[in-house]
Amino acid sequence: MAWSGNVLRVNLTQGTCISEPLNMEWARDYIGQRGLATRYFVEEVDPKVEPLAPENHLIFANGPLTGTMASTGGRYSVITKGPLTGAIACSNSGGFLGAELRSAGWDMVIFEGKSPRPVYLYIEDERAELRSAEHIWGKSVWETDEILHKKHQDPRLRIAACGRAAEVGCFYASIINDLHRAAGRSGVGAVMASKNLKALAVRGNKGVGNVKDPPRFLKETAKHKKVLAEHGVTGSALPTYGTQVLMNIVNEIGALPANNMRDVQFDGAHRISGEQMTKPRPGDGKPNLTRKAACFGCTIACGRISTVEKGHFTVENKPEYWGNSGGLEYEAAWALGADTGVDDLDAMTYANFICNEDGFDPISFGATVAAAMELFEKGAITTEHTGGMELNFGSAKALAWAAEQVATGEGFGADLGLGSKRLCEKYGDPDLSMTVKGQEFPAYDPRAIQGMGLTYATSNRGACHLRSYTVSQEVLGLGEKAEPHDLDGKPKLVRTVQDVTAAWDSTGLCLFTSFAWTLDNVAPQMDAACEGEWTSDRLLEAGERIWNLERDFNIKAGFTSADDTLPKRLLEEPAGTGPAKGLVSGVPKMMPEYYRERGWTVNGEVTDAIRTRLGLPA
Amino acid sequence: MEKSLHIDADKCTGCLQCEMACSFENEGVFNPAKSRIKVFTFHREGSFVPYTCTQCVEAWCMQACPVDAIVVNLATGAKDVLEDRCVGCKVCTIACLFGTVNYNKDTGKVIKCDLCGGDPACAEACPTEAITFIDADSTGYKRMRKWAEQTGTVSSENT
Repeated sequence: MAWSGNVLRVNLTQGTCISEPLNMEWARDYIGQRGLATRYFVEEVDPKVEPLAPENHLIFANGPLTGTMASTGGRYSVITKGPLTGAIACSNSGGFLGAELRSAGWDMVIFEGKSPRPVYLYIEDERAELRSAEHIWGKSVWETDEILHKKHQDPRLRIAACGRAAEVGCFYASIINDLHRAAGRSGVGAVMASKNLKALAVRGNKGVGNVKDPPRFLKETAKHKKVLAEHGVTGSALPTYGTQVLMNIVNEIGALPANNMRDVQFDGAHRISGEQMTKPRPGDGKPNLTRKAACFGCTIACGRISTVEKGHFTVENKPEYWGNSGGLEYEAAWALGADTGVDDLDAMTYANFICNEDGFDPISFGATVAAAMELFEKGAITTEHTGGMELNFGSAKALAWAAEQVATGEGFGADLGLGSKRLCEKYGDPDLSMTVKGQEFPAYDPRAIQGMGLTYATSNRGACHLRSYTVSQEVLGLGEKAEPHDLDGKPKLVRTVQDVTAAWDSTGLCLFTSFAWTLDNVAPQMDAACEGEWTSDRLLEAGERIWNLERDFNIKAGFTSADDTLPKRLLEEPAGTGPAKGLVSGVPKMMPEYYRERGWTVNGEVTDAIRTRLGLPA
Repeated sequence: MEKSLHIDADKCTGCLQCEMACSFENEGVFNPAKSRIKVFTFHREGSFVPYTCTQCVEAWCMQACPVDAIVVNLATGAKDVLEDRCVGCKVCTIACLFGTVNYNKDTGKVIKCDLCGGDPACAEACPTEAITFIDADSTGYKRMRKWAEQTGTVSSENT
């Protein structure tokens, strides 16, 4: 088995929690987590649904390896229709919540409807009930975590919650579990709050006792852990510097977008890098980074635990921020730093703390602040709008202020909570929004890493690096090596990595293992744990099935090939410096070939032949 | 040679591989809730600390047990719980100052670390050597070696 076989269906309108058997036929085709939950979602939800309406569903889903001893086997995903994008949203998180849910005996929790009053879901093994959240509505994620732990007198309770940002309608609000792990992107937290659902509090005592072949599973997982430990990226770079190891590397190849993606390199990159996080600060002599931290079952430990210096302007006289908390990873450091022109590591760390404390995505937040800064520079946004704050590129003060405003939705925070696309439309300059399908870019410039441009343009959840991370092949030289500036071969590469990733994200494993592993490392672990025969080919086919299922949903939701593109800036304004100087993104040139690779129509639509071959719903 | 578990909390990443290995070895389930070793997270301090039974020589749990269900394993030095003798009275859980003996409601018996009969699964699973299984009479060996190395460096610099 390895699936628990149980789905918890929570109807928030009626206040009911009902257990139902997992659809095993779908599990065989869609694995779990991202794939399986999407299959449930498309069956149950009209693609035209308004994301914040009660008719939208919100699914928390584990993979079959979640909660097992496979390295990184602690992932869960949140699947819904995202308010930021209007596309399928699938936000993946680590920490300990997914494994706890699995230990309680659940593969999936499906929320439908809307509660008349604020509630939270309490789960203890098979017992599941909705309880009043009147006392925690209006509280931050961190306060909610503390209050629920006290209330239940159970320090081992695992909690996921949305924060105040979600409650006030921030379009990129996230769901935070275990204080600083996030189902971060596309506004899944806003959907949660729209349902009057504040939190999940989970305690599992059952564990996972149904892997298919326990001795073989132990042997396989130990073997592949060793591969991770011995690999330069997963065994050394990530544990030492976290994902922040990338800051200097990406800046050097001229692929570090800066100042709302006007530039492709950032002078302050070394001051906000992973290396810098380990150096003593002049003020207190301590480094920003306290230690590395792992999610459930992870033998890599890329997580960062950091502090902000007590005397730093952001936390002066605020002792509640003097302790350790989740530190910067690369994408957040880029958005909060390079993209806003800020090079103050402690100010960025503070902004990151606030993103976790009140539940919003630091990538979308930082990129939205960057867009606001450019609008401010152009005079479209003025101090009259901001209540006096000068929104200048490079201003750490403005960054910290903006985070506080978005956290509560006060003042200009309501505008910043719109996300870059809606903000730039509101202030009359939509071309300044660095988004695809309404979602902000992460930290790789498509002019200097061409595969990433195609990745962003075709990602099913809007601009995202995690749908096909071709940085591995194009920059890090892992696997099938590729030249970052070439267009040739990129459609095929992106398509393959997308399918591999879709399968990976459905197993319960962390995508970061893919620096060292291929599907050939995943398949034997899946096969030792799960009913049926699991090969790399089967996983790859499941990945293709999942990708097409998501795409089909988006087309039915109203997206067209016109949405598979990048902002003008990246197609028309060449990179100004670095090795990619003079280049623009070749996305329009690559797109027809990408559609051909996929077997789609010239308009990018899934064909009936593909539906039949992959067994997709009509 | 008698060996004992040695914990270096500075190396712990909080991944819980030890808890899964322990519960699997002893209960046949990946289940941190049933692990005899626990990793504690102190968020504000930013620390992770694995903690389990230290196998006290004058084990209070053993002395408190009214039915002699806790005995010294002569091969490992561990204090083992004899399940068929344990009546689930929980007196040992009160007697243990460190909280490392606990009741398991599923079996009605108590559980504690027994060093897995001399080959602890937690130490085997730990990816960072935060938990090791070493010579019980020289648990300070590595620290001594580290200081010796420093002392050596200083004295060679001084000459």
